[in-house]
Formats: sequence, C-alpha cells, structure tokens
Amino acid sequence: MSETIETSSETITLTIDGQEIQAKAGQTILQAAQKNGIYIPTLCALHASKENGLKSDIAPGTCRICTVRVNGRTMAACTTPVAQDYIVENDTEELNDLRKTIVELLFVEGNHFCPSCEKSGSCDLQALAYRYQMLSPRFHYAFSSREVNAESPKLLFDRNRCILCRRCVLAITTEDGKQLFGFTKRGDKSGIIMDEELVKNISEEQAQQAMHICPVGAIIRKEKGFDTPFGQRKYDHNPIGSETVCTTCNGEKS
Amino acid sequence: MSEHIAALAAKYDNDPNRLLDILIDVQAQERCITDDAARQLAQEVGLSWADIHQTVSFYHFLSETPRGEYTIYLNKGPVAIMQGYEAVATAFSEAAGCPIDSVTEDGRIGLFVTADIGMGDQEVAALINNVVFTSLTPEKARALIKDMQEGVSVQDMASKERAYGDGNNSLPSIGSMVRNNIQKAGPVCLGPYEVGVALRKCVTLSKEEVLEEINASKLRGRGGAGFPTGMKWDFCAKAQGPERCVVANADEGEPGTFKDRVLLTERAELLFEGMALCAYAVGATTGSLYLRGEYTYLREYLEQVLEQMRADNLLGKAIAGKAGFDFDIRVQLGAGSYVCGEESALLESAEGKRGEPRNRPPFPAQSGYRAMPTVIDNVETLASAAQIIDKGAAWFSHMGTEESTGTKVLSISGDCDRPGIYEVEFGITIGALLEMAGARDPQAVQVGGPSGQCLNAEAKDTPISFEGCPSAGAIIIIGKQHDLLAIIDNFMEFFTDESCGSCSSCRAGTWILRNTLRRIRQGQGTREDLTAMRQLSTVMEKTTKCGLGHTAPHPILNTLDNFPHLYEALIPEQSDIRVFDLDASIKAANAAVGRTSVPEEKEEEQL
Repeated sequence: MSETIETSSETITLTIDGQEIQAKAGQTILQAAQKNGIYIPTLCALHASKENGLKSDIAPGTCRICTVRVNGRTMAACTTPVAQDYIVENDTEELNDLRKTIVELLFVEGNHFCPSCEKSGSCDLQALAYRYQMLSPRFHYAFSSREVNAESPKLLFDRNRCILCRRCVLAITTEDGKQLFGFTKRGDKSGIIMDEELVKNISEEQAQQAMHICPVGAIIRKEKGFDTPFGQRKYDHNPIGSETVCTTCNGEKS
Repeated sequence: MSEHIAALAAKYDNDPNRLLDILIDVQAQERCITDDAARQLAQEVGLSWADIHQTVSFYHFLSETPRGEYTIYLNKGPVAIMQGYEAVATAFSEAAGCPIDSVTEDGRIGLFVTADIGMGDQEVAALINNVVFTSLTPEKARALIKDMQEGVSVQDMASKERAYGDGNNSLPSIGSMVRNNIQKAGPVCLGPYEVGVALRKCVTLSKEEVLEEINASKLRGRGGAGFPTGMKWDFCAKAQGPERCVVANADEGEPGTFKDRVLLTERAELLFEGMALCAYAVGATTGSLYLRGEYTYLREYLEQVLEQMRADNLLGKAIAGKAGFDFDIRVQLGAGSYVCGEESALLESAEGKRGEPRNRPPFPAQSGYRAMPTVIDNVETLASAAQIIDKGAAWFSHMGTEESTGTKVLSISGDCDRPGIYEVEFGITIGALLEMAGARDPQAVQVGGPSGQCLNAEAKDTPISFEGCPSAGAIIIIGKQHDLLAIIDNFMEFFTDESCGSCSSCRAGTWILRNTLRRIRQGQGTREDLTAMRQLSTVMEKTTKCGLGHTAPHPILNTLDNFPHLYEALIPEQSDIRVFDLDASIKAANAAVGRTSVPEEKEEEQL
C-alpha cells in the first residue's frame, strides 16, 4: 500500500463546499483542504508537523471518517488524489451523519471510559463525539475483552481504547524501517500488536511520538499520563476543527 | 535458528514477495508458525516481525499454534448447513474427543471449520490436509476419525472408497473424489475445444486486432462487477511500465460458487490460452494463477498442464512460433481469505502480504502486481476470451442479451434434484433455471452468494444478466423447510469473519448487523433495530473501501424488503419501546430476602 503522499508541481483547481481552491497534482483532497483552511475530520490520516515529528504525511485510509462526496460519489478524502474540476462536498448533513455513525461504531466496538483516560481532553475520538453531538450510540455495545500490555518499560498499550487507525503501524519504525507495531487477525478479532523486542528499547523521543500521534489513549508514555492539567489540554479551549490554518507545518504554507 | 525454516525461505530466494508461499510450506511442515519461526523468517526475508505476524494472523489456513497432524477443515457454508452440517460436526467432534476449533491432547487431530470450500453441490464436505472429502455423513465422519487414530495416510483415506470423481478428477495428478456435476455444458467455456487453436490464431493478428475482437464481443468480467474486459485490457496496454502482468483470479470464495473449480479441472488449457492471448494483447511477460488455498488439491495437475503447454510451445519463449511473444505462468496459492477475491487484495496477497484491498487510485491496470501494470481477470472471463479469439466476436455476441453477451457458468446448489454446473446464455430467467435444476419447494433463491441478492417467488421472470440480476455464478435454492433467517445469520457470520479489518465501518458494521439479527431471532428485537440496520447499511455502502463492505448488508436489506413477514413474526407489535417492569425484574430478589414490594402510599407515609 502507498500510504505516503508525495506532491509535484502541476496546479489543480477544484471546489470544496463551493469554495474554489488551488492544489498541487498528487496532493490528496484532505491535504488540499488542510492547505486551504478547510476542515475535513479524520482519525487516521496525519499531517506531518513539528509537533508530531513525522517527516511526511501518512494516510492509512482506515477510519473512513474523512469520507466526502466527489462528483457525486463518496470517497475517502485522505486517499483520493485531487483532479481538475473536482466538485467536493464535505460539510453536509448527510456526510456529517455518516461520520457521527462511524464515531458511534468506534465507541461501541471498544471500551471507552473517558473520565478515567489519560488522553481525555486531548482525544480526537472524544472531540469528534462532541462535534457530532453523540449522546449515546444507537448500536449495542460489544463489551469486547481487550488486553492491556504493560510489558514495555516506557509504554502502556491499552487496547480497550484502540480504534485501529494504524498511525502507529505506519509512523513508528526503527532507523532501518522495521515496524514496532503491526495489525493482527481480521474482522471483529482485528487488533494492533507490539513487537515487544523492539518496543522494549524504544527511545524516549519515539515513545513520546507514539503517544502523541495516537488519536486516542491506546498508547501512553508511562509515568507521564496525566501531565497536562485541565484547562490546558488540546481541546479545552478550541473544539476539534476550529483551527483554520496549520501553524506548525513542516512544509510551505500555500 | 532452524535449518528447516532457513531452507524453506531459501527455496524462494528469501524473497519477501514470496512470503505467503514460505508460510504455507512452513505450516505444512511444522503444522504451525511459532513466534520463533516468525522471528527467524523476518531475518531471512528482511521484514519486521510485525510484518510476519500480521500476515500469519490474516489467513485462515495459517496458525501460530499447532493445528494437528491431521487438520480437518469442515465446511460450514450455507448449503452444508442446509444439508446436515450439524450432525456431521457433532460426529467428528465426539469421535475425535475434542470440540471444534481445537486439537486433541495427543496433537494428532485438529478440528476446525471454514467458510466455504467450493463443494456446494456435494455437501457436507471437508478438507483434511488439503485433500477433499465430499458427501460426508456422521458415519463417514466416525470412520475417518478412526482411520486418523490408526495412522492411515490421508490419501489412503480418500482412496479407500475407490470412488474417484468424473472427468479429470480421476487423473493421478488430481486423484480426487470431487465430482464435476456438469448438468448443462454450454458452447463457450464447456463447449468443444481444441488446445492451441486460439493461440495459433492469435499470433496471426496484431495486438490491436486482438483488443478489437475482445471489445467487439462485449465480454464483461465474470467475477461479479462486470467491467468490460476489452476496456480493462486497453487500460493495461496503454499504461506506462517496462513490464506488464496477467493474473487469473481463481479465488472464488463466494459461498455457493464452484464454477471455477470445474473450469480449472476440465478446461485448464483454455484458461491458460486466455491468459497468454491477453498477455499478447497487452504486452505482458509475467503470468500468475492465484489459486485459492481450498483448491490446493488441483495444483499438481495445473503444474502438469503448464509443463505440457511449455513443451507444446504454447507458453514460454516465442509462443506459437511468434518471435518476441514470451510469456509464462506460475501458480500462486492462497491460504484462506474471501476478501482476496477482490482484485487489489489478491495482489497484496500474491506479494506475500495481508490480503487487504489497496487504496485506489492507482488501479491495477496502472500499478498492480509488483507495481507492474496488471490485468486481473476471472477464470471464466479468460476462458471465454480464448474462445472469442478462436470462434470470433460475432459468434460470442449473438448469444445472450444486448448488454450481457455470451454465456454464464452458474453453480446451482441447495434444495434441488440436480445441483451442479450449468453453462447458460445470459438472459435466462431464474424460473427457468429453477425448473432446469429441479428446485424442490423453494421459498428463496440466493443469487450471487451472500453478497448478491436474496429473492422470493416474484423473481421467477427476472433474467440473469447485467441488466437484470447480475451474478458471479452462485445460485443457492432454499426450500420452505429451512429457517431463512438462520441462513442469513450464516451469511452475516461469514462477512464478520472475512472482513479484513481495515475499514472501521466494515469491521464494526459486520458484527453489529450479525448481532442485531441474532437478537431479533431470539425474540429480543425492536422496530428500532430494523431502522438501525438500514442506517448502518447505508453507512457501510458509502464509506467502505471494497466490495465486501459495500455488499455485506445485502442479506439483511434483501430479506427486509423481500421477506418482511419473517421479521414481523419475530418483533411483536408495539415493541418500538421496550417497557421495563421494575416489580417483575426484582421479584426474584425480593423472594430471596423475604421482602414484599412496598406500595407507593406507604413510602409516602414513611417520609
């Protein structure tokens, strides 16, 4: 799979929610939207920045929350390259209800106890639940039995909270490209696994990065879980999607 | 470090793209792939341990714990359930002394179930160490277990009955009890055929002329989606790339389908000719037959056919005497995954990875197997293409309908007198097929397998065609004696197990639909559940990446539309909101502590 998006020099014109924008050929719809201050929600794609330490954008295409309608057909914005004269619908009632439903699915699939989670207040899933005004899911809970892996000296891996976005699989690798995290099984038995040999010796910098890029509280740096006080957490003052420009972009600003 | 593991990896040049072949060999030799083996393989082929693990855990026939010297995979497809699966499963389990999904204490016998092994016309069936056993009964199951306990070899167990199947099934290189059950041989895939004629005709044409002929025939893909074949070949021919590839998709995992098994058994040369002339038209040099793991028993035969065709100058260098026309084919085994029937998932699997659908674009015609522009076509599509080049586009397009030319090979099974293979012209009605097959008192017809449509009696005049009712080829006839929702439950279990886990809406949506159906079947459903299932189906259809996610809701939606009375019978009227009766629910607790419920008035008095 090609999860790393590269760009080239040709200019593409498309519209998102009626707003005409310019993008570079090879950019995805999500990347083009981000460069133009348009918010498309996502739980798996991640824009490279100083904060998260990524060298390039990643787009696993797993969460499906960034689904947009392109020339009348639904597509994932994070994996669909821009094309000339695309007409993209993003902030519509229909699409937002699809997104809300997916958020509900992720809540009932795992075991999410927000009040006791280290990531609460900085969690993208929680923030999207607020954004889409999820009160209680319309589907029954799975009450899954999920493991907690505390073997690593630096990391706590709580699969109860994992939404299987695969950011860690793609982003956290050794210098020679070996994955520290992987995907296991399939269907309702799917999960993320750790290579305990490699994770045992993970660097402090990379442990922080793994925690930072995890959109929920599945990967926690031990002994630092509740460092950020209430009032200073990521979404305490600004709801998800309210920032209109990327202020820490590694690349050029359009 | 194990020398055995190292030798198996070296057999494939330690190529990470051949990881699946290596794992299949390790599984066959060691009966499992231990964590130590996974770590060693990671070193041998230059991958992460995580890469090895995620591939091993993906495929049904690979395991991290031993599966037994004799590994029984009992088929639990819908037709097997209709025809006695439960009794056979119980007999196997009791005779072996272990429950399903486990191995006996002595490690000798492993008993497992699998989704559908392509024997819908001769259920109940099982795979034992890749050998097929058909028409099983509880008595036969007990006899097989006794043989295993005595150490009889699996091949001897199969040949004991001395009842080889018909046609090529009786050849030494197959040696199987599987029967073809060709009930109606049509003129194209199962019609008169002479090896080599199509290819020798092909090399007298230019590449453009071959493409024109395929386009003129209006042949569409027989795997379900029905994409115009000539258009797909055109895309590949025009794509940039130093080399191109042709892949035959022989991963017919849809429960109820077995047509490609018969074509592989009886028309392998036709398939390979179709691949070769496609290679000629698009400029490919590399060919691969992706053979589902359930059909491993055919591999030796297929290798022999390929060898013979090389000897006859129909594969290899300068095919049919045409200088520069070089093309060869190798067999790539799968290891048990339905989603690998999806073309980009199949390519991932062929490259030794988890068989997950790729993000598109790029499409396989631009960047497919090992980044080569690739044509992936169904077995039946390629076989048809060879006959088109031999007999002409006009001959082919005069059959069938305006938009659905030619014939369709159908696998008909279930409650009928004559289950098996029917090659018919497109446009034939479902009613005509039911009569042809001798349907017995049908209440429903599942066309196209679980991902297709569940139809009622009103569909008898519906034609099988891309304009009418498209079908990849599976038709399951369900008689009135069966609980239709039990079969739908089996379908939903199938989708839940086979979802690759990548897309959240499919991974979660499949088990939610399954569990909701089960709640309804247990008398605990509400009308809100019906609404929620429809809403979830819409989300799955619109947000998932591949056909499995798009079509997994079909069994639910079809039965809600075509068999609403089944749900109405299970959901009482006025059950939109379930009333909670506090007194009734605490009655047992009150009795246990000798307490009578306190009237409201007394409470007020006390306060």
